[in-house]
Amino acid sequence: MSKFKKKKSGGQPAISTASLPDIVFMLLFFFMVTTVMREVDLKVEVKRPEATEVNKLERKSLVSYIYIGSPKSKFQDRFGTADRIQLNDAFATTNDIIQFVEAEREQKDPAEVPLMTFSIKADKEAEMGIVTDVKQELRKINALKINYSTYKTDKIVD
Amino acid sequence: MGRRSAPEINAGSMADIAFLLLIFFLVTTTMDVDTGLTRRLPPMPEEEIEPDDVKVKQRNIFQVLVNMNNDLLVEGEPMLVTELREKAKEFIIGDPTFQDETFPEGKMTEIPGLGNLKVSKQIVSLQNDRGTAYEMYIKVQNELVGAYNDVRDEFAIERFGKTMKQLEDASEKSSKAKQQLKAVKKFYPQRISEAEPKNIGE
Repeated sequence: MSKFKKKKSGGQPAISTASLPDIVFMLLFFFMVTTVMREVDLKVEVKRPEATEVNKLERKSLVSYIYIGSPKSKFQDRFGTADRIQLNDAFATTNDIIQFVEAEREQKDPAEVPLMTFSIKADKEAEMGIVTDVKQELRKINALKINYSTYKTDKIVD
Repeated sequence: MGRRSAPEINAGSMADIAFLLLIFFLVTTTMDVDTGLTRRLPPMPEEEIEPDDVKVKQRNIFQVLVNMNNDLLVEGEPMLVTELREKAKEFIIGDPTFQDETFPEGKMTEIPGLGNLKVSKQIVSLQNDRGTAYEMYIKVQNELVGAYNDVRDEFAIERFGKTMKQLEDASEKSSKAKQQLKAVKKFYPQRISEAEPKNIGE
């Protein structure tokens, strides 16, 4: 019996927590590197539709976003509920798109301008009229590479 | 010289600080990967060219109409979105002998690696109303792109024993796979034409 007693009294050595900060720092750096701060405040409601044949958007720095949807409830008294376009942080009309594209192009390396993609993030309830107008404007300024932002799903339903 | 060594700073709270930062980044991080349907818009037509110059035979066109109530009309028949893919695939593959009048005509085309083959002159024409819901439009687009992808996949497996995805992955390293990929794309070119916007069904 004395054998057991001896062990108990000795006790297990406490696990060293000295390396805990290192582990936490490792996680911290991982999240710091992968995190993407949201650049814009969404002023329109965007619930993306779903699709099966999706591609991943590569080179995020070369992607510019055009949001289309109904204004969020806090903006509805001023802007109504009809579908609106949002560029950067402000509501816009179709006439602003050409200027927006030019401004976006100016920020980028001239060699990379042909690789730029314009991602249309439209609400699934939005009407095609406004989306078509946006597409026509993009065609006018020769910004032909576009992407309809969707979620990935396995099956399309009616 | 009675320099007293400075007391060591307690690093025990380092973990707490790191945890605080970690939680902040955990909360603010958005991991969503941007996915979507990548398409290429046609360039604006030159003003001198009359759009009516290009006449395409009826049998070469697969017509898809979507009205403001999100109803689908495919080749004159009402249809559900879920049925569209099969129908589109049937049209894209067409008749291998190019004798059947209801399917598109063939055109001799040289395909690198496969020689001269008759390639279908298929065109998918998509027209929607201004009142069509975006969700419906995406579904139709998705099914049409999916039909092309399926057809190409089947062809790639039949000819080269590889799916398109495998060919794409291999094409970065081998020029053979790259050529095969090109051949498949040339045999089944993706031709989804969107008509100039119009109000239909009003």
